[in-house]
Amino acid sequence: MTALLEVNGVTKRFGGLVAVSDVSFTLAEGEIVGLIGPNGAGKTTLFNMVNGVYKLNAGKISFAGQDITDRPPNEVVHFGIARTHQIVKPLYGMTVVENVTVGACFGRDYLKLKPARKVALEVLERVGLADRADTSARSLTIAGKKRLEVARALAARPKLLLLDEVLAGLNPTEVELMIGIVRNIRDSGISVLMIEHLMQAIMSLSDRIVVLNLGAKLAEGRPEEVVKNPDVVEAYLGFPDIVDKLRAAQ
Amino acid sequence: MIFRRPVFWLILIFAALMAFIPLHGNNVSMREDLILVAVAVILASNLNLMIGYTGYVNFGHIVFYGLGGYVGLYLATVRGWNLILSALLAGVAVSFFALLFGLGILRLRGAYFALATIGILVAVQSFVSNFDPWGRSTGLYVPFDAYQRLGGADGARRALWITYFLVIGVMALSMILSLAIKISKFGLGLFAIREDEDAAVVLGVNATVYKAIIYSVSAFLPAVAGALMFYKNGMIDPSIAFEFMLSLEGIVMLMLGGKGTVVGAALGGGLYEKLRSYLLTSPKLSNFHLVIAGALLLLVVLFAPGGLIGWLYRLVPRSEKVIE
Repeated sequence: MTALLEVNGVTKRFGGLVAVSDVSFTLAEGEIVGLIGPNGAGKTTLFNMVNGVYKLNAGKISFAGQDITDRPPNEVVHFGIARTHQIVKPLYGMTVVENVTVGACFGRDYLKLKPARKVALEVLERVGLADRADTSARSLTIAGKKRLEVARALAARPKLLLLDEVLAGLNPTEVELMIGIVRNIRDSGISVLMIEHLMQAIMSLSDRIVVLNLGAKLAEGRPEEVVKNPDVVEAYLGFPDIVDKLRAAQ
Repeated sequence: MIFRRPVFWLILIFAALMAFIPLHGNNVSMREDLILVAVAVILASNLNLMIGYTGYVNFGHIVFYGLGGYVGLYLATVRGWNLILSALLAGVAVSFFALLFGLGILRLRGAYFALATIGILVAVQSFVSNFDPWGRSTGLYVPFDAYQRLGGADGARRALWITYFLVIGVMALSMILSLAIKISKFGLGLFAIREDEDAAVVLGVNATVYKAIIYSVSAFLPAVAGALMFYKNGMIDPSIAFEFMLSLEGIVMLMLGGKGTVVGAALGGGLYEKLRSYLLTSPKLSNFHLVIAGALLLLVVLFAPGGLIGWLYRLVPRSEKVIE
């Protein structure tokens, strides 16, 4: 498989704090890669570097063979990378369908208003928001807003979708629904890079997992390998021998 | 298509009425009233492109009007060019000026942008006050023969009517421009910037370019109107061309009518101007109009943030589809 996204030794510093330090990984076409790690590990910062919100201090990012390092976000979209936000950012004063139309209008195909609206309605159907199309984005529940984020990103017709904690804050039924949506996205040929804390979901969805800790890459591999990796267990999942220790203390 | 929008035809009917009512019986005093209404509509409509559509509060919007007046008057009198050509060139020049400054100050957001717009107004005013070709603080005067060039043998009287029709035309264009942008993809991008600029950029909107373009576009018609109005008035000087109060009143007009809507901006502009001229001419309340403007702004912001049109939308939700 050829790499769709190649992240090569990227570093981001905020003053004295190194948020992401020399991280490299690749993502192949059609893959779902999970990005996990404790809070503050640099996951969202890495997203912000890939889609151009932050400029890199070092390293290189290429997408589909083209160098996209330090391209502004609005250009990155045209290469075919769309993203969602961990803290949802709906355009509150607009309706649901208008929100998604913005995504379609200014996405990879740079559609005109009319075809963009058609695409928007199709995408809303896909994420199950079609019945809310004409309501204000403000009136959506948190689950609805997360789905709106996904719809808006999908409307850009990306080759790669960056999903930043789309499952956080959802109840079990909503999580089920969203997992179905992500599977459906991959089946339609879009690669996915997703940040998630919900281990069960990320285990079942991901082809591979990249683990970040304190800004550096801690491990990478297939889900079942990664969860057994002692470093990962210690840094993120919990102490492996905590049960033994508790027993010994009794 | 813009022709399918009822508001488009409403604008044309409104402009036609404005043009022909004072013509009936050669009612000059009504014409002078209505030309001020038209200018208010022009200023409010174009300010709406920034505040209502893009979410950037421009406190120095009047600088376009004043600069347009200066460039237009300079070309039409000192250079002796045709008035229409001078006014159009004033519009182009001021738009270009706005584009240059816009690319600089539109990096700022919120209160910082608003402050920078005041800075531009003050800076331009003091520049013009010291600029020799434009008569420094005494300004420029329109010699009588300039009117005759436009009005022919009948001179000034006809020239003033021609200017009036031109201003009404600019008013109609302002409203049509607002409508055209509102229903376009460009407008959608602006609305996205207004709602959340960071999100808009991530969705692919080139906010830097969009903001610079709309800032420049919002300068064009006010500059043309400024050239026409100061020509009609016969003189211009820095204190009347760059009146900060008028800039603030533009914001009151917009809030009163309903920012973000084509009809609201025009309605607010028209109503406020009528109210102001009533207050200014009434012997008891003269100079009291700013107090009333302040109180009005407070009431609108507190109780009807959507202005008159927002209030109408709430009352009759279906009206939103028709009255844009």
